[in-house]
Amino acid sequence: MKARKRISVSGIVQGVGFRPHVYRLAYRYGLSGHVRNTVAGVTIEVQGPDDTLGRFLRSLESEAPPLARIASLSVEEVACLPGTDFTIHRSEAGEHADTLIAPDIATCADCLRELLDPADRRYGYPFINCTNCGPRFTILKRIPYDRPNTSMAAFGMCAQCQAEYDDPFSRRFHAQPNACWNCGPQLAFLDAEGNAVGGDPLAQTIDFLKAGWIVAIKGLGGFHLCVDATQSAAVEELRRCKRRFEKPLAVMVPDVAQADSLCVVSEADRALLESPQRPIVLMRARSCSGLPESIAPRSPDLGIFLPYTPIQHLLFARGSFAALVMTSANLCEEPICIENDEAIDRLRGIADYFLSHDREILLRCDDSVVRNFQGRTTMLRRSRGFVPVPVTIERGLPGVLAVGGELKSAVCMTKGEHAFVGQHIGDLESLAAYQFFQESIAHLENILEWKPSLIAHDLHPGYLSTQWATQQQDVRTIPVQHHHAHIASCMAENQLAGRVIGVALDGTGYGTDGQVWGGEILIADFRGFERAAHLNYVPMPGGAQAIREPWRMAVAYLDHAGGNCLEEGLPFLGSIPAGHLEMVRRMAVQRIRSPLTSSCGRLFDAVAALIGLRTEVSFEAQAAIELEACCQDRMEDGEYCFFVQEGECRAIGTASLFEQILADLKHGVSQATISRRFHRGLLSTLADVIHRISLSTGIQDVCLSGGCFLNTHLTVGLDRLLRTEGLKVYTQSQVPCGDGGLSLGQAAIAGHLGDVSWR
Amino acid sequence: MGHGGGGRLSADLFRNVFLPAFGNSILGRADDQAFLEIGGARLAFTTDSFVVKPLFFRGGDIGSLAVHGTVNDLAVGGATPLFLSAAFILEEGFPLECLRRIVSSMREAAQRASVQIVTGDTKVVEKGSCDGMFINTAGIGIVDTHLHLSADQARPGDVVLLSGPIGDHGIAILAEREGLSFEADIVSDTAPLHSLVADLLATGATIRCMRDPTRGGVASSCNEIAQTSGVGIQLEEKAIPLREEVRGACELLGLDPLYIANEGKLLAICAPEDAERLLAAMQRHPQGAGASRIGSITSANSGLLTMRTALGATRIVDMLANDPLPRIC
Ligand SMILES: [Fe+3]
Ligand SMILES: [Mg+2]
Ligand SMILES: [Zn+2]
Ligand SMILES: [Zn+2]
Repeated sequence: MKARKRISVSGIVQGVGFRPHVYRLAYRYGLSGHVRNTVAGVTIEVQGPDDTLGRFLRSLESEAPPLARIASLSVEEVACLPGTDFTIHRSEAGEHADTLIAPDIATCADCLRELLDPADRRYGYPFINCTNCGPRFTILKRIPYDRPNTSMAAFGMCAQCQAEYDDPFSRRFHAQPNACWNCGPQLAFLDAEGNAVGGDPLAQTIDFLKAGWIVAIKGLGGFHLCVDATQSAAVEELRRCKRRFEKPLAVMVPDVAQADSLCVVSEADRALLESPQRPIVLMRARSCSGLPESIAPRSPDLGIFLPYTPIQHLLFARGSFAALVMTSANLCEEPICIENDEAIDRLRGIADYFLSHDREILLRCDDSVVRNFQGRTTMLRRSRGFVPVPVTIERGLPGVLAVGGELKSAVCMTKGEHAFVGQHIGDLESLAAYQFFQESIAHLENILEWKPSLIAHDLHPGYLSTQWATQQQDVRTIPVQHHHAHIASCMAENQLAGRVIGVALDGTGYGTDGQVWGGEILIADFRGFERAAHLNYVPMPGGAQAIREPWRMAVAYLDHAGGNCLEEGLPFLGSIPAGHLEMVRRMAVQRIRSPLTSSCGRLFDAVAALIGLRTEVSFEAQAAIELEACCQDRMEDGEYCFFVQEGECRAIGTASLFEQILADLKHGVSQATISRRFHRGLLSTLADVIHRISLSTGIQDVCLSGGCFLNTHLTVGLDRLLRTEGLKVYTQSQVPCGDGGLSLGQAAIAGHLGDVSWR
Repeated sequence: MGHGGGGRLSADLFRNVFLPAFGNSILGRADDQAFLEIGGARLAFTTDSFVVKPLFFRGGDIGSLAVHGTVNDLAVGGATPLFLSAAFILEEGFPLECLRRIVSSMREAAQRASVQIVTGDTKVVEKGSCDGMFINTAGIGIVDTHLHLSADQARPGDVVLLSGPIGDHGIAILAEREGLSFEADIVSDTAPLHSLVADLLATGATIRCMRDPTRGGVASSCNEIAQTSGVGIQLEEKAIPLREEVRGACELLGLDPLYIANEGKLLAICAPEDAERLLAAMQRHPQGAGASRIGSITSANSGLLTMRTALGATRIVDMLANDPLPRIC
């Protein structure tokens, strides 16, 4: 029996070799018909014997190209038509409105083989790619994803490349960035002033790296600053120039074997390292790694990633480096540089040389950072490789632009059931980041051909994102409380719709009472929340200064507990000038320049400072990370008690906690033991409060979100305790649980609040 | 409370409440003073209320402040201050002794500023309905008809000059109010600016606009100018004069000196070719000895104030909203 079927496919099916895949299958099975792009994705019509059509359908899914992501597939019977050939219809304008754009993808195994094969015509060509790999998002100006709309428009294809591009049986059929030595982009090696230096650019780069210089290397989503990771003088020079003094630096290694010599690599880590997204993977560093201490001082973890561009592969293949530091090319925490001139200007005094090229990067995109712990993947920074893949959310909500928070910012735009979380932007206070924030919004509007009429923003009036949102004309703006957004972010990615118990633990968020929240247990849904419990309020002497100087929080907590840290003569205060100590205590007592906070991050800071880990931080959450890192005393099963004050909104009291820590300090109990007792005490207190809230409300679903859940002891521990109580626990893996995931939650909430059809 | 802080909320109140109600072209200029053409003469007119707590502080008191504040609002418009009014609101039972001290301090301040206090008013209110005393002063000055100084005059390439170290007044007040003592004494800079301004005008340099960065500090004044002129302002952190003891106090208190009030400092925007000359004239005057060129006007980043930090990064210095609540995590 002969039949004709119409198959509609949605998802990431454009720019990933999906139509040639269909063509090749039709050819293999001798079917007639056509394939074309539609508003919803790709539509295929195939005609042939019934059983062959069945095999075609199975192969369509099972042999789909590696980058394709089929969201839905529907089949209907249509009338047979005359004709025996199978054709690919070209895209037409306006047909691409709902198709998804692929992210940038690491060089595939086929291209890598060709790159290193002296017999191949692209041997050593630093821009080799195919439909299965290469740049996408970062070279895209507008949709549809066709060469004239990318920064490859500047390069005309040579006859050979064009032939590949036109051949449905070639791996490069419709590969938009297709190029070769004869027709494509070329490398250039420049000095610090941007003047070309003669010689082979790659060989020059390798020589200068070996000699200990800092080379800025143009990558997929921006420049990296690169030094030989085994040379401690070079690493220290890089830190000094970049003004990044303690924050760990990411290291690129040639392969998993080398990664394994530096870190403990689990099976899950290996899969992440080798995934086409090639994120930076945080893993436990081996003490005998042989890398200089200055790569990640006092950090138990190391961030490792594998080469993902042909340039990086060539550096390792020809330079035989054991490890290269590859850190975003910027000053302090500003956004990554992408333009050649911009890089030379902004990296003045940092980069000694540049390995650049003439293919423009149209959109900044940093490396993504992930961590796997006991089978759970956490996204620390969601950028290259993951953006612009959407998170699937509830259908039927109005489109929203959510502008996120202030730190580690990322925006989110929803369209239908897709929430597009944009790339990592950084801290908005920097002018460059604020401009990048605006670029990121404009680019999303561009590639989605979409301008939502609702804008969601944080409740904090001072956030630059809030100020930007409220200045926009002709749109409705919806303020969303910070921790409500964290919980909604977790609900959205787990597709929960009902009420949940939301545990939001983070550093700082503006509360509805004007205070600084951050240790919150909420009863929430997408339309609102109640504050069911929170850590007790303590003053934050000097506001943001108390974040930079955790010793201030120790003083505030001790004072709150009724102790006088000055009389105790506590060792951690040894380095603080007596005048400052007295002043900060008075500020706390008299509430001078001291907002109140219920922040969990500040509680970690206070404990870390009190037990002598550090009095000042140079990057976010540094003290809390060190407190977690020293929590290693596995034999210890004691725990500190918190006093929970019952009421409509429970206050989790910390006074007794600090009395117990003081007593332990007096008895010479180790940092490791105190950290352990603190973690365990906090966990069982939270679990107990959550359990009681669950009993009184009947809610069984618990969402964990907020930056403190990057602490794996906290996440894993709370998850285990709550499951034992029979509760269902949800965490985040698609977007960060920190402020990078905030915009997704804001969008989900505003979508529900702004949905006029809902009553 | 934030509505009186000189930051974004006060600007919002002005724009959303007062301007629509009283709206006229003179008020619409939104400068620190109004210019009035009367019978061929050009007058500058301004008023200000003083509610400072405590009434007495290192370097001055509410009386001298009430004179300087109004004198300076006239002076930064390029006017020669002439006459002041003074109105007092006293809390029942306010010690006469204190009032005498304050009034004599006003007399001295007026003499120093070469102005006369020519009219006034006193009201006594019930105990508890005012905190000790409030003073309102209004002032009239005369201004050259050719002079046109205004916050909308800044243009790309212009230079930003500042007459001396910032933050002294705000920190002195805070220390006094909260009973904080710092390692070194910090004294309010309250002073009249009329003579410094007169010296600057005498140079004939092209001055676009002047401000006394009082409440909200240099940050708020610069933001206002950037927004009103539709330009960007870029400051250099390293060039901004700041006393070591004020820097230390700000760090302790978690304050950004750019937002701290000054009562005797002058911010001037001038044409680039005249910058050197104007700066030299500032530095020759005793009140401008610590003057410095702190930044410039840009066409990029219109409406924004930015600062290149000591580390070399460029950050946005926005209108102050709801400090001291931290924005960072
Ligand atoms: Fe947060
Ligand atoms: Mg005034
Ligand atoms: Zn490939
Ligand atoms: Zn070619």
